[in-house]
Amino acid sequence: MSHEIPYIAAINEAIQLEMERDEDVLYFGQNIATTEDDPFLKAFGSDRVRVTPISETAEIGMAVGAALAGLRPVVELYMAEFMLVAMNQVVNEAPRFRYMSGGRVKVPLVLKAGYGFTAGWAGQHTGSIYSMFTGVPGLKVVLPSTAADAKGLMATAIRDDNPVCYFHHYLLTLEHGDVPDGEYLVPFGQAAVRREGGDVTIVATGFMVGKALAAAEALASEGISAEVIDPRTLVPLDLDTILTSVEKTGRLVLVDQATRYGSASAAIAADVAEHGFSSLKAPIKQVTALDATIPYSEPMEAFLLPDEAKISAAVHQVLGGSPVATA
Amino acid sequence: MERAVPTMDAELANRLLSTMWRIRAFEERVAQLKRTMQVHGLIHLSIGGEGVAAGVCGQLRNDDGVYSGHRAHGHAIAKGAPLTGMMAELMGRVDGLCHGLGGSMHVVDREHGMLGATGVVGGNLPMAAGDALAAKLGGTDRITVVFFGDGAVQAGHFHESVNLAALWQLPLIFVCENNGMAEFTSRAEHSPVDSVSDVVAPYGFKRATVEGSDVGAVWTGFGKFLKLARRGGGPFLLECRTHRRAGHYEGDAQEYRDELAEQEWAQRDPLARFQEQALADGLIDEPTAAEIETQARAAVEAAVEGARKSTFPTAELAAELVYAK
Repeated sequence: MSHEIPYIAAINEAIQLEMERDEDVLYFGQNIATTEDDPFLKAFGSDRVRVTPISETAEIGMAVGAALAGLRPVVELYMAEFMLVAMNQVVNEAPRFRYMSGGRVKVPLVLKAGYGFTAGWAGQHTGSIYSMFTGVPGLKVVLPSTAADAKGLMATAIRDDNPVCYFHHYLLTLEHGDVPDGEYLVPFGQAAVRREGGDVTIVATGFMVGKALAAAEALASEGISAEVIDPRTLVPLDLDTILTSVEKTGRLVLVDQATRYGSASAAIAADVAEHGFSSLKAPIKQVTALDATIPYSEPMEAFLLPDEAKISAAVHQVLGGSPVATA
Repeated sequence: MERAVPTMDAELANRLLSTMWRIRAFEERVAQLKRTMQVHGLIHLSIGGEGVAAGVCGQLRNDDGVYSGHRAHGHAIAKGAPLTGMMAELMGRVDGLCHGLGGSMHVVDREHGMLGATGVVGGNLPMAAGDALAAKLGGTDRITVVFFGDGAVQAGHFHESVNLAALWQLPLIFVCENNGMAEFTSRAEHSPVDSVSDVVAPYGFKRATVEGSDVGAVWTGFGKFLKLARRGGGPFLLECRTHRRAGHYEGDAQEYRDELAEQEWAQRDPLARFQEQALADGLIDEPTAAEIETQARAAVEAAVEGARKSTFPTAELAAELVYAK
């Protein structure tokens, strides 16, 4: 059985269910539970649902300490950029503590942060900065693209014994989708094949999954059959599903809303080049944001970002005119 | 300054002296091993700060949590961490407390409530607040102590942590070891506020400044706060004025400061000072004092021998420990 709800409601449903299931789960952050009618506050009380000052370092650091003491905090950060204020806790404490202790401790923690709000929010609220965290051993990085995954990945994140950066895309917030009722877990490290196809593999994350599917639909009318893969989690990454698809299609287009240099897209391209080179009939093509800060002005914003047209152009490019293409 | 009025007896004097000698003997041996590269990493010694470690940790239970920073050996030993596990850790061996993956700055010994140490100044402060939050939510009377230097007080995470701890009334005791030196520069070059306890004045919780080289003063000052924290009070801040005898790290040429006169050091050495006082007060006799030192040095030697018998960790451990399964 399932029900149709927005992406954001699916995230909240997962947190609520996990808080009912496990009293060690805490939820805190700025501006949450500001009225007595807040559903979380009403259900779980002010011990477990806590509003914090604008103190990202203290919020996240306290969550790390509470996690080390056996609790399972979910920290509401609203904007991924707000994590940057607390990078020492996110990068240097949370993911390293278990390792440096020789595995004596664990840090079950969820950092919930929105990203990619490319709707005129300008330079400091619109970044797709997840690749800053994919390079940190000990962190897991999750990017749900559907309401069902938003629920299932959050539930898995809360039950995971490691610090998880849960990045939800702001432009998906009100997108409705079918969400399974009750307990629903989406395992980490299992990509979803969103559309099957034989001519080209498109790997897309977050908001870009919808763009890639729209491009694939348009390409189908030209007789081009594109397979669309959504990794769902960047760490751990399901490289096998991507390699299997590339083995079939021989061509790979990577779509990432992040800036290119040092991106998740670049990391996947490197992995495929290293482990799947013999499958490739054409060079890998990346469709990413330009390496610049997202500007305020609407047409400029669009200029910088990947879209359906750019994805289609990249697919055409890998299908023809390639120096190593045989098809 | 609050002067010492310790309820000192022979048993307590013996215990405090033993702890301080264990720390001193351990660190002097570590300095030797560092010079011959048998301890290979970055080492920060706490010689001069033993009175704070002994006076605070000596009153804690195993279930009370301690977070320390980069200068953590004394706190860990005073909290009960085994010397062999400590030494093996510093020598990078697999039988170290953290299998050799943490080293001097990141000692964890949960069995004795040594919850961790962080290498970035002040990074431990919010984590300790999180431990105190867990203690409070758990309905226990256990408390958390966080050690930090005066250098951490100018950092934002200090203020964020103090604010939240005060706002949420956490059972947390901030223990500042104010040795007047933040890494390589003096406190006067870091802040116009001399006393750390003055910095937290607006938050309204109890705070005190004691002479850190007087272990009795530390014992008494901390004991008052501990009693209140056990009954649900908190947070508190205890500022301990100490002297850092060693450099910032082992090998530090210390060109940034004047040599402390030996006479002044003798007055500010918590170990010599307490031992002389205890002898003068008749709490301990010369043979007992000598025996305490001998035993401490023998225990450290046994720890070195034990650590040498341990092997180095092997490669598979690296990948195995990155993520909890």
